[in-house]
Amino acid sequence: MAERSADGPALAVEMRGIIKRFPGVVANAGIDLIVAKGEIHALLGENGAGKSTLMNVLFGIYHPDEGEIRVDGRGTRFTGPRDAVGAGLGMVHQHFMLIPRFTVTENVILGSEGSSTFRLDRQAAERRVADLAEAYGLRVDPHARLGDLPVGMQQRVEILRALYQGSRTLILDEPTALLTPQEVDELYRILQRLREGGGTIIFITHKLREVAAISDRVTVIRRGRTVGTRVTSETTATELAELMVGREVVLRVDRPPATPGEPVLVAEDLVASGIRGEAALRGLSLTLRRGEILGICGVEGNGQAELVEILAGLRKADKGRVILKGQPITNVDPKALRRAGLSYIPEDRHNRGLVLDFSLTENVLLGNADEPPFSHGGRIDGDTTQALTQSLMEQFDVRAPSPATPARALSGGNQQKLIIARELHRQPDALLAVQPTRGLDVGAIEFVHKQLVQERDQGRGVLLISFDLDEILDLSDRILVLFQGRIVGEYLSGHVSRTELGLRMGGRGGDEHAAVAD
Amino acid sequence: MSDFFTIALLTATLRLSAPLVFAAMGGLLSERSGVMNIALEGFMLVGAFSAAAGTYYTGRPFLGLLIGTGAAMLASVIHAFWSITLRGDQIVAGTALNLLGAGIPAFLLQRLFETAGGTPAVARLPTIGGGLNVLVPVAFLLVPLVHYLLFHTRAGLRIQAAGEHPHAAESVGVDVARYRYACVLASGALAGVGGAYLSIGDLSQFTVGMTAGRGFIALAAVIFGNWNPVATLGATLLFGAAQAARVQAQALNLPISQDLLIALPYLLTLIAITGLVRHATPPAGLGRHAATE
Ligand SMILES: Nc1ncnc2c1ncn2[C@@H]1O[C@H](COP(=O)(O)OP(=O)(O)O)[C@@H](O)[C@H]1O
Ligand SMILES: [Mg+2]
Repeated sequence: MAERSADGPALAVEMRGIIKRFPGVVANAGIDLIVAKGEIHALLGENGAGKSTLMNVLFGIYHPDEGEIRVDGRGTRFTGPRDAVGAGLGMVHQHFMLIPRFTVTENVILGSEGSSTFRLDRQAAERRVADLAEAYGLRVDPHARLGDLPVGMQQRVEILRALYQGSRTLILDEPTALLTPQEVDELYRILQRLREGGGTIIFITHKLREVAAISDRVTVIRRGRTVGTRVTSETTATELAELMVGREVVLRVDRPPATPGEPVLVAEDLVASGIRGEAALRGLSLTLRRGEILGICGVEGNGQAELVEILAGLRKADKGRVILKGQPITNVDPKALRRAGLSYIPEDRHNRGLVLDFSLTENVLLGNADEPPFSHGGRIDGDTTQALTQSLMEQFDVRAPSPATPARALSGGNQQKLIIARELHRQPDALLAVQPTRGLDVGAIEFVHKQLVQERDQGRGVLLISFDLDEILDLSDRILVLFQGRIVGEYLSGHVSRTELGLRMGGRGGDEHAAVAD
Repeated sequence: MSDFFTIALLTATLRLSAPLVFAAMGGLLSERSGVMNIALEGFMLVGAFSAAAGTYYTGRPFLGLLIGTGAAMLASVIHAFWSITLRGDQIVAGTALNLLGAGIPAFLLQRLFETAGGTPAVARLPTIGGGLNVLVPVAFLLVPLVHYLLFHTRAGLRIQAAGEHPHAAESVGVDVARYRYACVLASGALAGVGGAYLSIGDLSQFTVGMTAGRGFIALAAVIFGNWNPVATLGATLLFGAAQAARVQAQALNLPISQDLLIALPYLLTLIAITGLVRHATPPAGLGRHAATE
């Protein structure tokens, strides 16, 4: 039981030669990860590189097919998360494992309620949770109902729970994905405090910025293999990007300035309620011009879903108007919208964008089937459709064996390219792109971004809705900030800082009226 | 006359609500743990028949009650095994059990008693006055017990967690399957008591179809009561009162349409399920299976 490796510092986690296979996929194909005690260690890799799988192996949720794991110098073979918690590991999941209807305290103590008595002593538990929160400077009300808290606060509850369970090593899986920039800063401060207190942190991310901002060392994995470990202060973003992707990458999209033309899509005073009857849009107005990419940023749940569904004809607005090329199109059905010149790249490829069990050809037919050249007089022209699909696949670099391949068999990037091919083939006047690169690898992201810029340059209006602030900043010519169902800020690209946007996204900062720079 | 009428209506309400309370508390526990339970009707029928048959053979209603409870619990093991262990569809399982609950007693009546309509008369559970049997106070005591269990014990917190978010519960080491099994078995036992109440508490024989949809009404009461024990009790009292009103109106020859009165409890059930249910919030993990690797 060596507490120390031969010469280096004490190790919190050692994973060597980890292999984990799923049917048809080798998610981890030989990963080494060595984390020293008291460091913040970033685990960097693209979407699908195998990061979450590796952490689930470490946490006892998956059992590795091969490989060796040591925690605090001791060899381990966890049979479940409980063992991992017992060994001092704590996990902050990518999708929080919290119960919205429970209070903060109930969420924290669940599974480790303390005393072995039958009765639940809520007051004592609340006191313990409050004390712990105080000790680590994690501001959160132990009585609050979890579902009423903002996302950043919910994440603190997950951290608090890990500490409550006695974790010395904390694993955070893409913890910044749902946070505003301010919440991210707060998270960084919390993590630094934990490190000062002797804690060890494994920070999973696919964003280079975050590696530089928070980590002491970084391990990069690509396609299930470790490709290198670096001391953060001794490496560069370019080196890390190349390790991560495996080739040279352009970190910024080249984008000539926009030349916006006449308005193409206009929304006026949209009012709508959400699924639970709450006010989701409260008088939202926007104007999209030809030849521009208009980015809408905001924290998830501020009306994005409702806005998208209204514009795409999937939900009715209670009030307000939508105008496309001067024609009112408020609350008309999706088919009419498509005919009128609107295309839609949905956020959820699997449920909205594609029928996974259909072939690529059949997927290209979706929404096009009753128009020439796809069909004539109600009869689908199979040969033409197949040939068209083939040419779209070449044009948009959709890598698949044939047009007859089911969409399910494609990687996320290729699925997204197929949707884009289908939507752009219609040569729309306005394009609604919602989280168009979510879950894609760097190569596919580059491709999608280039397509959007190209559409813009051909005089189309592109409305980009994304929770990824970097994507908004990289692509947009004009940026709107959505907060609680209203536009609370408007900026020209290059005239606004991340901080300013972040404050606006959190409902603060600036004066009440949209400050248009320039 | 009006005093007499009020008291008679009250006792009739208690008498008719009590079996609903048993079944509803069982259904509530099961659903709170995340297992949908439309099989209450079947459990009640099994309980009612087995209690009457058990009393017939032992001559002792308390043994009959035990047998009825046990038999219904056994039926609930099937529901639990299908819904939890085999991760099957819980509605399908419930439907199958309801069919079994209707079929098996009819079959056994033939085999054991060579009749089609019902068992011979058997001894009844003792009464405590006012035409109420000993199970009536037990039913109403059950409500604070379930309330305490759910909201003031460790087990209750874990049951709720299993019903709200089974993955989250498992991620902190809660054995979701175990709590779900316990709750489904409890629902079987309690619905069984509710059935026994009908055959050897209220009457002194089992007759085919004697539950007359009470299992479904109990489930409606759970939904009506928004999965809260005290509010569910309120709903069962409402349904019980609707049935009592019919009996009283009949006895007093009131000029109200019999058909309407007979339909009243079922109408209330329908209204509960369609109209008011939009405001109800079921456990978020209801019908969702736990994760396994
Ligand atoms: N439970 C699973 N079953 C099958 N394949 C999986 C499963 N989990 C992950 N994978 C696959 O393993 C690969 C790595 O996934 P993941 O570890 O989630 O990557 P990351 O977290 O780095 O984005 C992906 O190709 C993914 O599709
Ligand atoms: Mg992941």
